[in-house]
Amino acid sequence: MKLLYELSKEGRNSFQLPTDGIKDYTLCEKRTSHVRLPDVAEIDLHRYYQALSKRVHCIESGFYPLGSCTMKYNPKINDVVASLPGFAEIHPLQDLSTVKGAVEVYELLNRGLCEVTGMDAMSFQPAAGAHGEFTALLAIRAYHHHHSDFARTKVIIPDSAHGTNPASAVMAGFEVVSIPSTPEGFVDIEALKKVVGKDTAALMLTNPNTLGKFEKGIKEITNIIHEHGGLVYYDGANLNAVMGIVRPGDMGFDIVHLNLHKTFSTPHGGGGPGSGPIGCKKILVPFLPKTELPYRCGTEEQFDSVGKVRSFHGNFLVSLRALVYMITLGGKGLRNASEMAVLNANYLYKKLAPLYGETADTICMHEFIVSAESINKEIGVRAIDIAKGMMDKGVHPPTIYFPLIVKEAMMFEPTETESLDTLNEVAEKMKEIIGEAYADPQALHDAPKSTPIGRADEVMAARNLILRYRFH
Amino acid sequence: MEVKANLQYAKSHEWVLIEGSKAKIGISDFAQHALGDVVYISIPEEGDTVVAGEPFADVESVKAASDIYSPVTGTVVAVNEVLNDTPALLNEDPYGAWIIEVEVGSLSDDLMDAGQYEAYCAEQ
Repeated sequence: MKLLYELSKEGRNSFQLPTDGIKDYTLCEKRTSHVRLPDVAEIDLHRYYQALSKRVHCIESGFYPLGSCTMKYNPKINDVVASLPGFAEIHPLQDLSTVKGAVEVYELLNRGLCEVTGMDAMSFQPAAGAHGEFTALLAIRAYHHHHSDFARTKVIIPDSAHGTNPASAVMAGFEVVSIPSTPEGFVDIEALKKVVGKDTAALMLTNPNTLGKFEKGIKEITNIIHEHGGLVYYDGANLNAVMGIVRPGDMGFDIVHLNLHKTFSTPHGGGGPGSGPIGCKKILVPFLPKTELPYRCGTEEQFDSVGKVRSFHGNFLVSLRALVYMITLGGKGLRNASEMAVLNANYLYKKLAPLYGETADTICMHEFIVSAESINKEIGVRAIDIAKGMMDKGVHPPTIYFPLIVKEAMMFEPTETESLDTLNEVAEKMKEIIGEAYADPQALHDAPKSTPIGRADEVMAARNLILRYRFH
Repeated sequence: MEVKANLQYAKSHEWVLIEGSKAKIGISDFAQHALGDVVYISIPEEGDTVVAGEPFADVESVKAASDIYSPVTGTVVAVNEVLNDTPALLNEDPYGAWIIEVEVGSLSDDLMDAGQYEAYCAEQ
């Protein structure tokens, strides 16, 4: 497929500028070459993007069980409301008195998300999940420093954590202490007790954890950290399992980030825009990013704030879509969404586990992991081969090789928006794929065959990065 | 999976070749299999200190990024710079592709010989 630059022919542009009264203007004296923009007619431009969109697998084109990513269907009413001119055509520098509706959006969303998480206040500036993690850790550091406690330099993170957790901790200036998981996949409480101390700034945890299990000892875990003067951070990546059922604030967490683009049904997966607001208990509110909006009560003076982490008020239209989702579903609806997400995951787990030689004898939360290790040992077919085979059946592969502590991991998250019929169809397809693998192991090594580029050379892709179009 | 008789092995799947006061360190065949195709490695510099049980390098494969732990405490006296451009050597020749050479202060106390390591891998 040709790129726009390769389609470009001088003079074919699809715009007309007025000819009267506009002088030539030099943008920058130092520029010696022309700005090279593709010159393409409107019809060719549309065909180009149409062709691209046909090559994409999105939630509207098929099942998308990408574990830990919550690829639920995003109701179109979210987009309808977000395109209302009163929201879509306002500017962040407008006087607040002229955008009262937008201000109210943040007030309502603040209240709703505090209710869901059990927190006291939110900040909507972080633009995505990892940005929220980083901001929350800055707030934790500011809190300890405010109490003249400069010795708390370490953040404890289980070895099953999302990779962003240790990365955010290091970015925020902390040293990471990794603790092992028990064979059942829970936090090893004895190991935690050994490393916690006066140098502990925080523990970062997601619950349900990355193995799709609810940490039963969560109260004991958060108590241990608090007894030693540390704070507990909740990675909201897996909130879709527990909305309206249990709240991070009640589990003992002090600060959370949410992925509105996952749990609260705004489009994601194409690189943004996302929204990763953070919420916290009262003790941390003074350290949240500064805001000019009046939704956060009692924080007019923000001397202790970590400052701004993004221009203006965050990704407003994403926040708005999340609010529309919350209002559409209501409190009971949110709880029902989580219950259905857990039910769907358990149903599919029971269907798929036997195909992998496993017994689904435990209850999972909103996602589950099966391991292709025994299939690999038997016939040399790995998780990546099965994933590629799924593409040929029109199903998006699950997350593979995560969490790192499970060999040949395949992590499925069907979400609540899939019907029983779809789950049954997918289970049938998985049965076919693995059956075909046993009949002819080579076939899956050659998959996918029906996609635009076949089996990608991942080593080459990682080693020879081509990040821009080369004109010459 | 290959295990070489003249080497010692760590539980985290590094090998050590002791030569007088020096030791060469690399990753085992088991490790490179588990990692998958390696696309990048970050290696310490000569003169850096490594500590037994602590990470001294990290590798990135198509599957994940992983730490490599040092089986010895000491000072780095040589690094295998060829790996910077051809990290695939870690997959192709894991026992030839040493990563660093260390002037050894002390060895980790739970290293295994080839027989023990083979049994250890079988349990994994």
